[in-house]
Amino acid sequence: MNAPAPLALLAELTHRCPLACPYCSNPLDLDRREDELDTQTWLRVFDEAARMGVLHLHLSGGEPAARRDLADLVRGAAGSGLYTNLITSGIGLTEARLEELASAGLDHVQLSLQDVVAEEADRIAGYAGAHGKKIQFAAAVRATGLPLTVNTVIHRSNISRIGQLVEMAMELGARRVEIAHAQYYGWGLKNRAALMPDRADALAAGRDIEILRAETSGRLVIDYVPPDYFAATPKPCTNGWGRQSLNVTPRGRVLPCHAAESIPGLDFWNVRDRSLSEIWEESPAFNAFRGTDWMAEPCQSCEHRERDFGGCRCQALALTGDARNTDPVCRYSPLHHLVSAASAAPHDESLVPRR
Amino acid sequence: MTAALSADIVPRLARGVRLQEDRVRGGWNLLAPERVLKANPVAVEVLKLCDGQRRFGDIVDDLTARFSVDRARVEADSAALLNDLAAKRMVEL
Repeated sequence: MNAPAPLALLAELTHRCPLACPYCSNPLDLDRREDELDTQTWLRVFDEAARMGVLHLHLSGGEPAARRDLADLVRGAAGSGLYTNLITSGIGLTEARLEELASAGLDHVQLSLQDVVAEEADRIAGYAGAHGKKIQFAAAVRATGLPLTVNTVIHRSNISRIGQLVEMAMELGARRVEIAHAQYYGWGLKNRAALMPDRADALAAGRDIEILRAETSGRLVIDYVPPDYFAATPKPCTNGWGRQSLNVTPRGRVLPCHAAESIPGLDFWNVRDRSLSEIWEESPAFNAFRGTDWMAEPCQSCEHRERDFGGCRCQALALTGDARNTDPVCRYSPLHHLVSAASAAPHDESLVPRR
Repeated sequence: MTAALSADIVPRLARGVRLQEDRVRGGWNLLAPERVLKANPVAVEVLKLCDGQRRFGDIVDDLTARFSVDRARVEADSAALLNDLAAKRMVEL
């Protein structure tokens, strides 16, 4: 199997985080601090990534600012020629530290907001005062001149405030905003009954986004991640397994996506043992669903197979019990009814915070 | 339809946007937050001159002279490119 050159690397520098959002993309089984990769190993990985053709490096977590060596990591990555994007909660980054990151060559900051209503945002984040700190952080980013993206995960309790979120992002000086419906893997799956919006609200959100895009054209870039469970066609997850992007976990395991560790039987290799390019090209986990040969029907003979790549492997697993199945979001999936059933399941208010 | 650009404006790449040679795939990319645009050879020449110093008129003069092409055509193509990138918030005009 010939592996194309990857475009993006998501580095989960740590799973430590001051927030406890119930839709966190980290796995249920979090890596511990003592197992995290050291500075030199991360720098080696970044350099290997740049040589493989990676253009964007997303420094994420957990909260990446929990790493004391963050500025060194940014400096090294920038030196390797990578475009560096910091994905942060904004908690724990002082103005001085932000300045240090900007001087180290940071290209862009992406700040999460949980809601526009402070009490609601703090409730979801599980951290009193988080929202206020985030607003201050956005001002600090603006003062450095670094471009800012605001991102918000949309779910049942904030779906009615998308317009206000976009307005707030603009007031904070964001150039780009990312509105993403909750994804139901790991923590999100655990909390699905509380997070899932009503169908009518989910569909209305998509229409609102079109109106907001028209209203803010030329001033704001709005990226939208639609709600899987109310879609007729599956998302081309990560634009194809092992095709454009890779994740490195805090302890060095290399994954094709956030949730890939949920798939049983996959053998993930570690950057402590091998080079990133060897893992990308040769590891069984990356080759498991690369290309189209692995597909069964209805994907194998489908004209869309090179466009949506059969949807999401982790979603196929979560909903049908087998990662090899067509993503049941697809209307051609014989198990499509499982999605409708899950999206219409009784609502439940209780949230399990990510810990 | 794209509007013409005044000769006096000074276009520049927005902070957080950069033009970078792709040593693995060849060619040049315009890198921005969550975006990679493959820059065609004409765009590369235009964008290399958007240094925050040169006026649009100077950029058009430079390209016209170097590539011996029709000035009106260079002006229209460059304006279309820069207006499009400004709408994407990648260029500031």
